[in-house]
Amino acid sequence: MAFGPRIIMRDLNFTVARHEIFIVMGSSGCGKSTLLRHLVGLEEPVAGEILFRGEGFTRADSATRENIIRRFGVLYQSSALWSSMTLAENVGLPLAQFTDLSPAEIREIASLKLALVGLGGFEDYYPSEISGGMQKRAGVARAIALDPEILFFDEPTAGLDPTASRLLDDLILELRDSLGATIVVVTHELASIFAIGDNCIFLDRETRSIGARGHPKELLGQTDNPRVREFLTRGSTRAAADGGL
Amino acid sequence: MALRPVAEKWLEARVNETDLAGLEIERSDSNQLVIRLSGVWRLHHGMPTANRLKPQLISSPRPSHVTVEASRLRAWDSSLVNFLAGLTRICNAHQILLDRASLPEGLNRLVELATSAPELKEPRATTTETLLTRAGRTVLARLEGFATYVDFVGLVALALGNALRGRARFRKIDLLEVLQASGADALGIVTLISYLVGIIMAFMGAVQLQQFGAAIYVADLVAIATVREMGAMMTGVIMSGRTGAAFAAQLGSMKVTQEIDALATMGISPIEFLVVPRVLGLVLMMPLLCLYADFVGILGGATVGVTMLGLTLNSYMQQTIGAIWVSSLVGGLVKSVAYGVLIAIAGCYQGFECGQSSSAVGEAATAAVVNGIVMIVVACGLFAVIFNLLGF
Repeated sequence: MAFGPRIIMRDLNFTVARHEIFIVMGSSGCGKSTLLRHLVGLEEPVAGEILFRGEGFTRADSATRENIIRRFGVLYQSSALWSSMTLAENVGLPLAQFTDLSPAEIREIASLKLALVGLGGFEDYYPSEISGGMQKRAGVARAIALDPEILFFDEPTAGLDPTASRLLDDLILELRDSLGATIVVVTHELASIFAIGDNCIFLDRETRSIGARGHPKELLGQTDNPRVREFLTRGSTRAAADGGL
Repeated sequence: MALRPVAEKWLEARVNETDLAGLEIERSDSNQLVIRLSGVWRLHHGMPTANRLKPQLISSPRPSHVTVEASRLRAWDSSLVNFLAGLTRICNAHQILLDRASLPEGLNRLVELATSAPELKEPRATTTETLLTRAGRTVLARLEGFATYVDFVGLVALALGNALRGRARFRKIDLLEVLQASGADALGIVTLISYLVGIIMAFMGAVQLQQFGAAIYVADLVAIATVREMGAMMTGVIMSGRTGAAFAAQLGSMKVTQEIDALATMGISPIEFLVVPRVLGLVLMMPLLCLYADFVGILGGATVGVTMLGLTLNSYMQQTIGAIWVSSLVGGLVKSVAYGVLIAIAGCYQGFECGQSSSAVGEAATAAVVNGIVMIVVACGLFAVIFNLLGF
């Protein structure tokens, strides 16, 4: 991945298994969100390939690509709800575009999705009329509108209070278990990482590559990379080491 | 009691028979109902609703027990969740026991989530107001809007007063950027529009005046109309669409991202910092653009005069110079300054009053252009009366 001549990350090699919650973590500005933009097809890697079920996705023709992208659901960092539409319209738009359901049926499915994220009854609200945590959940409802196989979450709990973060983490687990979806989460929230992660990679800003990989809890005990340790312990290992000296 | 199989297939047949989403209802005895799900349930195949089962569920003898059986269910998505959620609601409402134990676990959890009590007990009330009430509300909102507008104009006037005494806090670079954006960058479009308007006016005049053999008076017509009215008016309309809208959109998105609040909490007056450079910049540029538009408009007229009416450029220009009075020229420039103030304030006001969403930014930009142009035309009428009284 690169912006012009500036290389953001190199040698990124990883596999996301089915039904797992895969965490991409790293400190701010290391390229987590950029990696996500590549994964969902908004940006194209300078070199290399992204495979979806063994099928090349990056340089596929537009029909294949569209077919694959339709099986993705994405929650953006700022929710990115369309502000001129009500929540039901937000969730219903992909359904209206890609299915031939009647408006009443679309409305019914939209209500169902909103109920799944705990927003039943909020169908006719505009995004600006609900709280940030609710906007995030509405964004999730929109992401699962088409029953995607893979869900991408960009900093889902950023800017949320601990309770709302917790609720959202629970929702992510619930979606994985009930929808059977594969979930990729980009985050630097330690609480979320330990609570929901099955597998993770740590993007290292210094080496511009993957600094560590594995189950987050095991990683904490095993890693030799000081930056990974520091990240996972909020820098307290360094403090402890300094105190020891 | 004999089995009473009631089979219903409401989904279009697909190529593969085994893929068909199916639903069978079977009544084993008077109070037991079995619903068998089978096949692949996909949204894009269609969406059955539980309401269609309702007659059978609540007809007498009413079953006391409903079992959903899913051993032949192959795949499912939201369509099935929706169906089961509906079924659960009906059963709950009519005190029928629903047994979903044979369903896949994930599916059951989704149905549970979907049917658990909604967070909001009362959905948003969709108010149905009478026409009269709505009209009244609109009028009141407009009146209130007018009051805040007057308030805003007053604040801008005070800030401009401070600026003229050199006490306003804004960055010189912002002023220079406004000068560039609303001055030099606008030359292209002003040239095009003014030149075309000049040509159009000359055409209209030429058709009539040629009949009297007075073609040379096309120069007078174009010169007077351009210098007194059209130069300032057309520049105003262009700048309203270009710069007024830009001001509203800029300030509106700054409002959405709380940048304006950030200035206010630092003790920097947003009016001084954001509005003053914009008003000053546009007011400084408008007369220059207007003068330029006058010149280009006259050139447009001359183009018609020389190419269509067979006049020489020299005689056309002599006639033009004879027709322009200094008072007309000054009057046009005074108007352009006034238009500049109106446009800049309309744009900034709409930006400051912008709502909290991206669609509100669009509305603010639209309102800025519409208000700007309306005010230009109204001001133009007022100027005509005033100049007439003053004997200009």
